Amino acid sequence: MKKLINKPEDVVKEALQAMALAHADLIKVCYNPDYIVRVGGPVQGKVGLLSGGGSGHEPMHGGFVGMGMLDAACPGAVFTSPTPDQMLAATKAIDGGAGVLHIVKNYTGDILNFEMAADLAKAEGITVEAVITNDDVAVKDSLYTAGRRGVGVTVLAEKITGAAAEQKRSLKAVADICRKVNANGRTMGMALTSCTVPQAGKPTFELPEDEMEIGIGIHGEPGRARMKLKTAAEITEMLVSPILEDLPFKTGDSVLAFVNGLGGTPLIELYVIYNELAKILGGRQIKIARNLIGSYITSLDMAGCSITLVKMDDELLSLWDAPVKTSGLRWGI
Amino acid sequence: MTVQRDDVIAWIQAFTAAITENKGYLTQLDSDIGDGDHGTNMDRGFQAVSAKVPELADKDIGAILKTVGMTLVSTVGGASGPLYGTFFLQAGSATTGKLELSLADWVAALQAGVDGVIMRGKASPGDKTMIDALTPALQTLKESASKGSGFAVALRASADACEQGMLATIPLVARKGRASYLGERSAGHQDPGATSSHLLLRAAAQVWANQEG
Repeated sequence: MKKLINKPEDVVKEALQAMALAHADLIKVCYNPDYIVRVGGPVQGKVGLLSGGGSGHEPMHGGFVGMGMLDAACPGAVFTSPTPDQMLAATKAIDGGAGVLHIVKNYTGDILNFEMAADLAKAEGITVEAVITNDDVAVKDSLYTAGRRGVGVTVLAEKITGAAAEQKRSLKAVADICRKVNANGRTMGMALTSCTVPQAGKPTFELPEDEMEIGIGIHGEPGRARMKLKTAAEITEMLVSPILEDLPFKTGDSVLAFVNGLGGTPLIELYVIYNELAKILGGRQIKIARNLIGSYITSLDMAGCSITLVKMDDELLSLWDAPVKTSGLRWGI
Repeated sequence: MTVQRDDVIAWIQAFTAAITENKGYLTQLDSDIGDGDHGTNMDRGFQAVSAKVPELADKDIGAILKTVGMTLVSTVGGASGPLYGTFFLQAGSATTGKLELSLADWVAALQAGVDGVIMRGKASPGDKTMIDALTPALQTLKESASKGSGFAVALRASADACEQGMLATIPLVARKGRASYLGERSAGHQDPGATSSHLLLRAAAQVWANQEG
């Protein structure tokens, strides 16, 4: 394992300390229990937005705390859900009297911990709603699994929902926007290499030099198929076809197209993928109304990418375009 | 025979030692079908519990178990934090104010704990989870109690049933948690949560029934 770390067990805490130092104009970091909170909060009359999850997916979620996006984020250990005491403390810190929305990725650990936190917060008189993101088409959605994983859509939902909350819409209205983004969004990812969890010290899985894994999860969970490496054009087709079929996206639809790097892939390759994506969508008369290209929901040092498409309407577009000021996403200000 | 406050603390300490000893084994089981952190996460939680033991001595059994539960909830994370945390919180609620436990009290505590895990995790028997080990353990304990068995005999029978339930998870296809993403590929592996559940009830049998081995 080659990593820029001191001690594996100190990685999360040192990164939190650094975020506090680097982004003191945007966020404050609270410890024991650990959470990142927007400065100047809670904003009275505004729904508070809280997300969280295991660390190792940076900039998600801590990098999305700030005006126009999240009010707080709870970081867990690497790839391990945070705990209810963190979520309860963060929920209390961001409640401006209009309630708090928890945005939760569909993983069993995250769901159970957020449920316990919501129970505790309700017992203290705070109104809490939760929206679960589950956009990964690589996983069969059936009664016999934990259901689809929450991945790329989460980033876009946090941005769009954050804008709705900033307009001081009600908790129900803000939650409905979040559910709509999730319902309209689909994602598929692929890996060229494994990631290495610092405390494990070795790659999570073995992937030969000339092979790739299609449908990978953001913790290195196995995907749909392992095969010989193909061209960017072929890979893009393999990722986008199941996405288009699943919603389904149709001729004339307008989409937000998100090409995401998993941590170990350079931006230039993400642009190569975007080029192929634009060709495929153009051929089907699906309009890319907005795009986001870069590494926003990562899997440590994994090489690979994911593609997320969200079907947009005028309301979602205007919320996407609204100002945002976080360390991870920033525009319109 | 009854179980005193000191015995409850000794059980928690024995389980902590078993988790530490089996940390690598639990993590290996979890690497096969999950995300490879069950041993690490449980060990982190029970080390935190160990640090709290000195402040437990003068508390009643319900309060001891609730403290264990709250500590797990706030330190373990993942799915096992809320599940084991809920187990101890509910078992603690069922033993509020008790300074000793009869077999009937332990049946009530285990029932409450298992019900709590089912309520929180929504798993059913056969889903390849800790419930597959805990449910037969509870059932056997209840049968022993209704037959009029002694506490020690009942504890051993319950731990044995737990072990059988744990082994019976091997051929199952997971329907809950991260292992469910593997579908058929999850068959042939022993469930890590069922394994730690067996360690929990085996520790109770060993410490409370003075059973060797």
